[in-house]
Parts: sequence; C-alpha cells; structure tokens
Amino acid sequence: MKVIESGFHSSAAAKFTSVLTAAVLPTTMAIMSNVANATNAPLNYFLHSYGPAAKPTMYLGWLLASLSVTVFLIIALLMVAAMLRKRPVADPRAIGREDEGLRWIYIGTGISTCILFGLVIYSLMVLNEVAKPPQAPTVTLVVTGYDWWWKIEYEHDDPAQRFITANELHIPVGQPILIKLKSADVIHAFWVPTLGGKTQMIPGLTNQQWIQADEPGIYLGQCTQFCGVGHAHMGLEIIAESAQDFEKWQKAQRRTAPLVPMASEDPGQKLFMDRCAGCHTIRGTDATGEHAPDLTHLNSRRRLAAGLLTNTPDHLMKWVVHAQQLKPGSRMPSIALSESETSALALFLSTLD
Amino acid sequence: MAISDMTHNPPDDRLNRVPDFGRAPIGSAAEAHLAHIWESAPGWRGWLSTVDHKTIGLRYLVTAFIFLLMGGIEALIMRLQLARPDQTLLTPEQYNQLFTMHGVTMIFLYALPILSGFSNYLWPLLLGSRDMAFPRLNALSYWVFLFAGIFMYVSFPLGQAPNAGWFNYVPFAGPIYNTGPNIDVFALGMVLLGISTTVGSVNFVVTLFRMRAPGMTINRVPILVWGTLTASVANLLAIPAVSLAFFLLWLDRQIGTHFFDVANGGKPLLWQHLFWIFGHPWVYAIVLPAMGIVSDALPTFCRRPLVGYTAMALATMATMLIGFEVWIHHMFATGLPTVALSIFGAASMVISIPSSVAVFAWIATIWLGRPVFKTPFLFFSGFVILFVIGGLSGVMTAAVSLDWQLNETYFIVAHLHYVLLGINVFPVVGGIYYWFPKFTGRMMDEKMGKWSFWVMFIGFNVGFFPMHIAGLLGMPRRIYTYSSRMGWDTVNMITSIGSFVFAIGILIFLVNIVISLKRGALAGSNPWDAATLEWSIPSPPPAYNFAVIPVIASRHPLWEDRLEEDTERSSLTEGYLLTEGRETMGTSPIDAKPMTILKMPDDSYMPFFVGLFVSLLFVGLLLHWWNFAGAMAVLGCIALITWMWPQKTLVQRVFSTARTSRRAP
Repeated sequence: MKVIESGFHSSAAAKFTSVLTAAVLPTTMAIMSNVANATNAPLNYFLHSYGPAAKPTMYLGWLLASLSVTVFLIIALLMVAAMLRKRPVADPRAIGREDEGLRWIYIGTGISTCILFGLVIYSLMVLNEVAKPPQAPTVTLVVTGYDWWWKIEYEHDDPAQRFITANELHIPVGQPILIKLKSADVIHAFWVPTLGGKTQMIPGLTNQQWIQADEPGIYLGQCTQFCGVGHAHMGLEIIAESAQDFEKWQKAQRRTAPLVPMASEDPGQKLFMDRCAGCHTIRGTDATGEHAPDLTHLNSRRRLAAGLLTNTPDHLMKWVVHAQQLKPGSRMPSIALSESETSALALFLSTLD
Repeated sequence: MAISDMTHNPPDDRLNRVPDFGRAPIGSAAEAHLAHIWESAPGWRGWLSTVDHKTIGLRYLVTAFIFLLMGGIEALIMRLQLARPDQTLLTPEQYNQLFTMHGVTMIFLYALPILSGFSNYLWPLLLGSRDMAFPRLNALSYWVFLFAGIFMYVSFPLGQAPNAGWFNYVPFAGPIYNTGPNIDVFALGMVLLGISTTVGSVNFVVTLFRMRAPGMTINRVPILVWGTLTASVANLLAIPAVSLAFFLLWLDRQIGTHFFDVANGGKPLLWQHLFWIFGHPWVYAIVLPAMGIVSDALPTFCRRPLVGYTAMALATMATMLIGFEVWIHHMFATGLPTVALSIFGAASMVISIPSSVAVFAWIATIWLGRPVFKTPFLFFSGFVILFVIGGLSGVMTAAVSLDWQLNETYFIVAHLHYVLLGINVFPVVGGIYYWFPKFTGRMMDEKMGKWSFWVMFIGFNVGFFPMHIAGLLGMPRRIYTYSSRMGWDTVNMITSIGSFVFAIGILIFLVNIVISLKRGALAGSNPWDAATLEWSIPSPPPAYNFAVIPVIASRHPLWEDRLEEDTERSSLTEGYLLTEGRETMGTSPIDAKPMTILKMPDDSYMPFFVGLFVSLLFVGLLLHWWNFAGAMAVLGCIALITWMWPQKTLVQRVFSTARTSRRAP
C-alpha cells in the first residue's frame, strides 16, 4: 500500500506538538526554579518531611506524581502520534468503520484498572501507617482555633502543671505528640505540613491528630480552612527541641508573672490592666481575659499576631497601635496611645519573659 | 406500547388519527403552513412569550457566557492582588466576596446553564423532534435561571455579596459570624436556582424517553444526549440536598431554628454532608454533557464514527453512579473514622476507570480516523490533554493521606480548574465553533479561531499549571495575600501572567463571534460534513425544525451511504407530516416506535410571569416583606392556573397503525 504524508495534516500537527512543548516549557522552568528555592518555602511538604506522620505520605506523593507525569507523557505521545501518523491515501469523502478500535479501550482501560487497584492498596497501607502513632503519645495538648490565632493548652494529670500559651507549640524531638483540636468560633484547620496532614477544628467536636518531629527545628503551620477576613494571617510555629530543653521550656511557662507587688506603681502595668486585661491574661495578675492570647510569657515567643511579625519590642508596639492596618479585621483593636503611654506600656510588656 | 390498555379501554375514535407520510420541501404549501404555525409573534410579544427551544437555548448560552465573563473579571482582579506578596489592592473582605462570587458564578451560573444551553438548542435537533417535551417549562427554567442570577448579584454593588465561599460552611455562614444580608442572598438565590435546574432536568429526562424520532432506538442517540440525560437524573437526586441545606440555613439565620447552631445542639458537619452529597454529583453534571459534546463532534473531524459508542454511554452512566459515592473526599480532613475514609478514597480512585474508557475512545477515534485540523478539533484535542492532567491530579487527591496535605491548598485549585476549564470551557468554546454555523447560518473565522485556541491553551497552562506547584509549596486557598518569606512569589507571578494571556484568548474568541455574525461565510446546512440529524436541516433551523419527522435507521443518518456496514437507510426528506397545529411525534422509550401525536402548547407569557412572581416572592423573603411575598405567591398561582388551563386543541392523539399510509416504520 502506498503511504503518503498529507502536507496539511502533518504541518498542523507538528505545530500542535511544538506549541504543546512551548506551553510545557515555561511551566517546567517554573517548576525547576521553584525546586531550586524550595528550601525557602517553609510549608513545602512535597520535598520535606520530618516525622513518621508525614514521611510515608511524602513517598506516596512522589510515587503518584511520577506516575502521573509518566501517564501524561504516554497519553500526550499517543495523542500526537494519533494526529501525525501517516495514513494510506483514501477518498476524502470516505468514512471509517464504526466497529474498529475497541482494542484500544480494552487494553488502555485494562492497564489503568490494574494500576488503580495497585494504588488503592498502596494508599490504604500508607493511610494505615500514618493514621495512628506507633507508640502511645508522651505529650497531650489541646489546640483551640480562634478568629484568628491558636490557643495552646498543655495537659497534665496534675492541674497545677497545666499551662496555656498561644501560637507557638514546643514539642520534644522523637516522641509522638497527641493534639486535640477544638474551635472556639468557626471551622479552622490545623496544618503543620512538614510534620503531618491537616485536620479541621470543628465547633462542638474534638478532633485528634498526632505529630512527631525527628529533628530539632522550627516547623511552620497555617490555618487552611477558610475562616474569614483573618484567614491569611493565621499561622503557628512548632518548635521541636531536645527533651531537656522542652522540660526547661515547660518549667518556664508554668511560672506565673513575678510582678504583682508593684501593680499600682507602674504606669505601664496600670495601662495594661485598664486597656488590655479584658481580653488578655497575665497569670499571677488581675489580667484574666480569655478572648485573646495569654501574654504571661509573651517575650518567650518568636512571633506576634499568629505569625504575622517577628517578636521585637519595635514590632510589638507597632502591632498594639496599628493592629487593624497590619491584620485587617483582627479582633485586636488599634489602640490609641500617647507617646508617654507607649513607652510605659512597652516597658511593662518587656518584663513579660 | 400499552396494548392491554387499548383492548380494555378502546380510545375515543375521534382521537385516532393516521398521520400522513410524505415530503414537505422548502417552499411547499405544507412547509409554509408549518412555518406559520410554529413561528413566534414578531416584536416584544414573541420575545417574552416564545417557547421555542432554539431561542431558549441561545438565551441560555448568551446569559451563561456573560456570567462566565463576569466570573472571569473577578478572577483577574484576584490575580492582580495575588501577583506579588503583601499587596493591598483589595481588603480581605473584598477578596472574600470576590472569590465567593467567582465560584458561585462559574459553578452555578455558568457551568451548568451553558450546557443546558447546548442541550436545549440541540436535543430536539439531534433527536428529530420539533421541541422539548414541555416547551413552557423550558421557558420557565430559563427565566428563573436569569432571575436567580440577577438575585445573587443584587447585593454585589452594595459591597454585601456572599462572602463565605461557594461551599458556604457553617458556622462561618451562620447568623453569629455573618450578620449582613450576604449569606441570605446566596441561600435564597440557591433555592430559586434549584427550581430552574429541577424543572430543566425533568424536561430533559422526559424529552429523551418520549420525543425521539421513530427508529432512533436508545442505542442510537448521540453521546451528548447520554451526558445530559445522566446529568439531569443526577440533578434530580442531588439538587434537593442543596436546596434543603440552604433553606435550613436561611431558617437558622432568619427564623431562629438550630439546625447548624452548635450552642443549641446543631451540627456544622451536617452542612458539609448535605452540601457535598450535592456538590460532587454536580461536578459530574457539569462535565458529562461537555464530554458528550466532544464525543459527538470530535468524530466529525476524524472522518469516522466514535470508537466504542456503547462503552462510552456506559462509562458516562458509571461515572455518575460512582459519583454519588465519593462526596466524603471533600471531607477527608474532618476527623471521620479512617475506615469510612478508606472506602470513599477507593471509590474516588475507581471513578477514574470510566474516565480512562473515555480517554482511550477519543484517542482511538483520532488514531483510526483522518484528522482535519479545524478550530473545533484543536479545542477537542486540547481538551483531551487537559482532561488527562485533571484526572491524574484527581487520582492524587483520592489517596486519603496525601489529600490531608493537598486538600485546601492551591493544588486543589489547579486540579479543579483543569477539570472545570479543561472539561467544560474548552469543549464549550469548541462546541460554539462547531455549532455556530447551525446557530447563525454563518461560519466563524478559522484564522482567528486557531489564534484563540493557541492563546487560550497556552495561557491556561501557564496560568494554572504553576498552581500545582504553589500547592505543593504549601500555599493555602482563599488567602488574600501572602508573605514573601513563604516562597510563593514566582509561582504566583507566573499564574497571574498566564491568567491574563488566557483572558486575551477569550477576547479573541469574542471578537471572532462579533465579526463572524456579520461577515462570516455562509454555512449551508452541513458545512462540516457531519453525521447527525441537526445537520440535515437548514442553518439556522426553521422554527418547526423538521418539516417532516424523519425515520431513523442508524447512529449516523447523514453518513449512511458511505458507511459500508449498514444496509438500512434513514428516511430524512420523507417522513411524518404533522401539520394540524403544533405537533410532533411521541415514541416509545426504548425502541422509539411511534405511539402518540403530541400536541405541543403555543407560546405563552405565563412562564415569564410565573418566573417573575416566584423570584419576587424570594425578594419578599429576603427583605422580610411577608405580605408582599404572600401576594407574589398568590399571583404566581394565578399565573400557573392560566398556564395550565385545559385546551381542547392540546388533547393527545393516539397514533393509529391500522391504516398507516405508505410506509410502516
């Protein structure tokens, strides 16, 4: 049979291929550049995971991603080949036979089905692996989502040993941690991607999740369930440290503030009690508000306003005075202060180690 | 046929009628008479009262496309805001309203209505009928859709648009955390839109089973019909869940019930279940008809019938069937037991099997065919590529533990846009290029067509592919801004550029439409040398569609003389002459044997008024004008009674086979 190549067909198909490449190329370059600076993306769970609750999932992700790329390339090649294929000469008005080609469906679907069943089994094995910790958790804590910050309660059999902090979790390295998840208002979601998947925090329910960090370090988290105007600014940090450091940190957090005696003397403290204590708590003082983060050990934390700013004295006062500009819609009002009030409050806040 | 009924209960002789079998060429007296019977009144009267499925179909297409443009502009504004870190072009509240309205517009006001547009226009033409089963219901369905769309946008200019996402999770959407009218507009608008979708779906289902031309057995209907039928049945089962959910939410917000109120024992998770029990089947409802467009139109450009017709029809239905058992994959992170998650995760993977049937059928059709690289073909083959990418990322999210990472990140945004733009917008635009000659009698410009495809295709991939990467880098959805320290700057910039390139592609397409409407080459009845019935009649089709109701003998009536396998021939120019008023043929559900002469209703203002009064009733509910709402309910009922008032001319005639004139079907 004589085989010819129809000029019109092949040129158009060649164009299709070339432009397909042109479309894929910039995106591939985007991937490459991002892989290069991936270490700069602290939530990159695809290339980094640091504990047994996340690692099996990361490998599953690699397998699925490479399989997807392979399948895509095969299908794209088939498509291009189907268009470019040389065809025998025929009457342009001829119509192909309807009953041909079923073998394509049988073979293609057959292979896809086998792969999919394999994937079902593998993904269920991974699910089983990460759903529960291998041994009983050593630390239990409760994280409650608020608009738009995180309250963190460390549980203990002895009530005196319990304490509350905000937006910054400390955990001992190499131990499974049980986290109970609650919400005080709307649905939020707890997500520290390099340590594990996300879980919604649903009002009226207590969900659970476990994490474990195998290396000391700082792991970033983020609320991932849309929760209103502050949703973009609802981050948290997990600090994984050695068991001794963790113990030391816990001990420090359990202390109450050592400043009761001079309450009425200090203008900064008086200002705090007048203007801030309705929402914030400083344990050991009259400030017992529960709507906002516990500030007893404010200066021990790395960041302010649920991850928005680094915790420097400068940022802190900027936050107090301009909260609404920095985090629009935040429950924290912008507080108007005179210059002397500002310095007095700053002085007082600097004592909250 | 209901033989037993007829023996026990012989029908009134006066209702027995033998339709003439013959020809009615253009210009003949019979044809002129038909045109007179079927054409709507000129001017605004006809405009308001028409029940012609072609007019309604085009209205659906134009209205839905306008919503697509509005949703697109909302997206572009968001992309400006997200192009660089820490931008302040939008406040968070503005951003939340924009992404909510973008989702609502695209999913509810564009994606299904545009397909209803195609199906409304094409079904009777594909099936060899003169109209849909319930023409007035069809008109009502359009008017309610239009009014519901306007309703949902009414608070937008006031800065009070829905702002809790299209998924609208409680308690954020509840009365405590969302005090404005934003959510009430959304809730009532959704219940109103549900009426439109429901009556539209009923119409499609009945049309398929009663209105096919004689001889068009169930295994000869085009795949688009299978797609829309499956979607319509699914809608009838799924819409009640979402209408109920939104109605309960409205009660919670306005009447003080506690369905979702945690403080009084309500359950926020109930909302998620009700919403996604609807939401996932809906996703298939807005892609299956579009896949049908490709399955029907792609073969025309491959010069051969579709490979695996039966497999494709079964795959369409299988997809929907499994589609009802996967809704939990939207809720993997809600703390449900892992056993339940496993089952739904497995089902979500298995649903790819029917999809792979479709993909291989399309590839085989191209492979075994002789591709003609016209614009529609480019859109349909581009669609296959995007379908595969969207399907593969879908399999990734079906793995439960991986979804715990991917869920609520930009990876999902990428996935759903590959699915919805790839599987809906590309076939829709390709379908418009393909059927534009039928709609208007003129061809669209090929050169601009190819430009529009390449710009859209490249823009789409440059815009949306990097979103996968942003998701893997941990970027959550629905954040109005991000900090540079998160490492998402580059991907977002690329995405923003791509989205504007894509918009330019759409613009070229629109310019092409405007120019071709006036100056396009005249098309003739079958410019693509296609196989299906709609191409057997003039372009644009006359008001009565078919001068004679054809008798069908195969899936490809216009290719029969060139397909070697079939011996039987369809009879297209010679058929049933039904000219005593608005009439068409009613046939049996499976074998399409003639059963009844269906008397079709005349044009009527009542669908418009019923739609108007129902919509005003919802306005009354929104504004708490209870008396006004009551008055509108009464007026609506009066309009309905007027609509339904029995007319002697509409009594159905039993088709008598006793003396069928020349040729028995």
